[in-house]
Amino acid sequence: MTPKRKQRLFVILGLVSLAAIAVGLTLYALRANINLFFSPIQIAAGEAPIERQIRAGGMVKEGSVSRNPDSLDVEFVITDFVEELDVHYSGILPDLFREGQGVVVVGKLSESGHFRADQVLAKHDENYMPSEVAEALEAAGYSPSDYADKYTGMKVEGAD
Amino acid sequence: MLTKMIPEIGHFALVIALLMAFFQAVMPLAGAATRRPLWMAFARPMAAGQFLFVVFAYLCLTASYMLDDFSVANVANNSNSMLPWYYKFSAVWGNHEGSVLLWSLMLAGWTFAVSRFSRNLPEDMVSRVLGVMGMVSTGFLLFVLVTSNPFARLLPSVPQDGADLNPLLQDFGLIIHPPMLYMGYVGFSVVFAFAIAALLGGRLDAAWTRWARPWTNIAWAFLTVGIALGSWWAYYELGWGGWWFWDPVENASLLPWLAGTALLHSLAVTEKRGSFKSWTVLLAILTFSLSLLGTFLVRSGVLTSVHAFANDPSRGLFILALLGITVGLSLLVFALRAPRVGHVVPFSWMSRDALLLINNILLVIVTVTVLLGTVYPLLLDALGLGKISVGPPYFNTLFVPLTVILCVFMGLGPSSRWKRMSARELFRRLSLAGLAALVIGILAPLVVGGEWNLWVSLGLVAALWIVLPMVRDLFDKIRQAGSPSAGLRRLSLAYWGMVLGHLGVAVTIIGVAVVSNYTVERNVRLAPGDSVEVAGYTFTMNDLRSRRGPNYLADTAFIEVSRDGSSRSFTMVPEKRLYIARGMPMTQVALRPGLFRDLYVAMGEDLGDGAWAMRIQFKPFVRWLWLGALLMAAGGILAVVDRRYRLKRQPQTSQQAPSTREVPA
Repeated sequence: MTPKRKQRLFVILGLVSLAAIAVGLTLYALRANINLFFSPIQIAAGEAPIERQIRAGGMVKEGSVSRNPDSLDVEFVITDFVEELDVHYSGILPDLFREGQGVVVVGKLSESGHFRADQVLAKHDENYMPSEVAEALEAAGYSPSDYADKYTGMKVEGAD
Repeated sequence: MLTKMIPEIGHFALVIALLMAFFQAVMPLAGAATRRPLWMAFARPMAAGQFLFVVFAYLCLTASYMLDDFSVANVANNSNSMLPWYYKFSAVWGNHEGSVLLWSLMLAGWTFAVSRFSRNLPEDMVSRVLGVMGMVSTGFLLFVLVTSNPFARLLPSVPQDGADLNPLLQDFGLIIHPPMLYMGYVGFSVVFAFAIAALLGGRLDAAWTRWARPWTNIAWAFLTVGIALGSWWAYYELGWGGWWFWDPVENASLLPWLAGTALLHSLAVTEKRGSFKSWTVLLAILTFSLSLLGTFLVRSGVLTSVHAFANDPSRGLFILALLGITVGLSLLVFALRAPRVGHVVPFSWMSRDALLLINNILLVIVTVTVLLGTVYPLLLDALGLGKISVGPPYFNTLFVPLTVILCVFMGLGPSSRWKRMSARELFRRLSLAGLAALVIGILAPLVVGGEWNLWVSLGLVAALWIVLPMVRDLFDKIRQAGSPSAGLRRLSLAYWGMVLGHLGVAVTIIGVAVVSNYTVERNVRLAPGDSVEVAGYTFTMNDLRSRRGPNYLADTAFIEVSRDGSSRSFTMVPEKRLYIARGMPMTQVALRPGLFRDLYVAMGEDLGDGAWAMRIQFKPFVRWLWLGALLMAAGGILAVVDRRYRLKRQPQTSQQAPSTREVPA
């Protein structure tokens, strides 16, 4: 190996190790800041960590939204039609939040199994179904096309 | 009769445009490779023809919208007879098919512009540039025709009326945001084509950079404005008062911007010093690839957002293939040809060259971290390793410190000299400005806010560290010239462009620092007669009414706002609308904008008994975010107007060392 090549080798080795460190640090930052998604089934099975920021999602159960008349506190239940999850939230719900609609909530699960949401996400379109929710419903045994029927079915039940 | 055939005519025009794009790609490239002037001569006419036919197709689609032709699926899904005409006009690009057509239109437009303003370029260079752009164009027109035909009909069962445009998109911001953004995205195809042409031709000299720079600047300026408009739109339309969410879709536009910013600076070094050539070419490829990646992320439906109109996997696959081919081919060309264009120009580590190199490295690192945070969840999902989302904390923890480091070098850069300078000289020039930035930045939050805030101080120090050395440099330059008027006249527009651009960054940084730390937000329950105090302003709900708009029903609140201790008051009128065709509710925010603060009132939900949940915010300096972006864009444009880009290039071209692959005239 000529001295010049040797020098070049060192430069390249240096760059590669720097890049490796950078990627490592970034992945570390990623690990600390990613929010995993859990469906109500998974939460009921105890798969979700307690008191850590996670995301959960499902349909807002028909007739489950109750509001404190004096404040902006609101409670509702999200479901994947198998298991249910109680959610507490204080603040303004998004425009497209409705009963029977798919939502994603970001927040922490308490010891008692309640979910305290910091954020409620219902997306930009009336046809929109958060992909996580769609898959969670599928995992629970409902195909994406079912939820329209399910939704209307629940509506009828609610009307009774 | 003819009006009934508009969609078919448009479709046909698009097919012709595709054929022309194909010839524009193949003939000139083959001609340049085999040195046949006749083949190369295809480039300009084909570019003009392609532009003409794409414009025509686009007009046809617009006409279908304007005439409410609901037999066209695209119109039926995204328009409505009650929609005001200007939204019908913008609805054309408020959906997947139309927006890809707009993309192609922009590309054809840029291509045409290059063919018009390249009279001074050597013929083989023009052929290669237009040829490469023709290839990109062919890909996109194929994409439109094969997977996303905007002219598809809904026959024979024509709907009575359209499904209406998504109410979120019925807004002035949307009329201009996508075209601006696309102008930026697609504009980078020009410098990309220039880079590939340089690699193919084996010639990359100062003249080349002088051709490539103005195009890059303009594209970058458009992208800057496009991103700012998107942020502004999110701010007033989504009703949260946020201006940047680190949403993958936003990141998709930020990525080419970051790479493009690095490219601007690297081009400067290549022009002035003849160095970093391969690096510049690589950045040009990277920037355009990230533009394509942005298009892929937004258009393929892998992300669910207001931008992802379509969830058709074949489309995503097509764009992915297009992206793969473009990146793969250009990197292949780069690997084969880069050793021929690059050569090492020595410079000292105490020089502007080195500082710009560091700037580039930092910008690339920022780009990579944002890219990682954006793509990582998608990769995990694609590999079946679980569904995660990467939140703003990740981006903030990496982006903020990296930006601060970048600012340190931004302060040094403009005051440094090319090639070599002594550390002592740099210190002499900057010590006073640095000290002033530190003192003012650290004290200002204490004096104005009454309480010290680390982040605001950091932002102010960074911003002042960018601005103060430039001011000093300006004074130096004027003093050297003798009189102020002589000094000012001697400064080039490119210099002023740089000053304006950097000033814009400083203004944006101040905006970010202040609005992120001093925003006051209160979510309250308000019924008529109630009042609430936020940040020294009293908000009183006077009245609540219902009204009917052209295509929506609205609940309107009238809120009287007065500043404490002042007798003057004004009324803010937020609305909650229900768009009839889609049954979709929408928040219409009431804004009281100002240079130093915005007041922001959004209606939340009806709580019953005439009471509403209201989101009231006091947002200081929020306008500075977008003002800074406008300054940056203005800087980019100003630099293009510089004299040296308008001079005839003949003297330079004659000085070039004859290259082996030059075509004999």
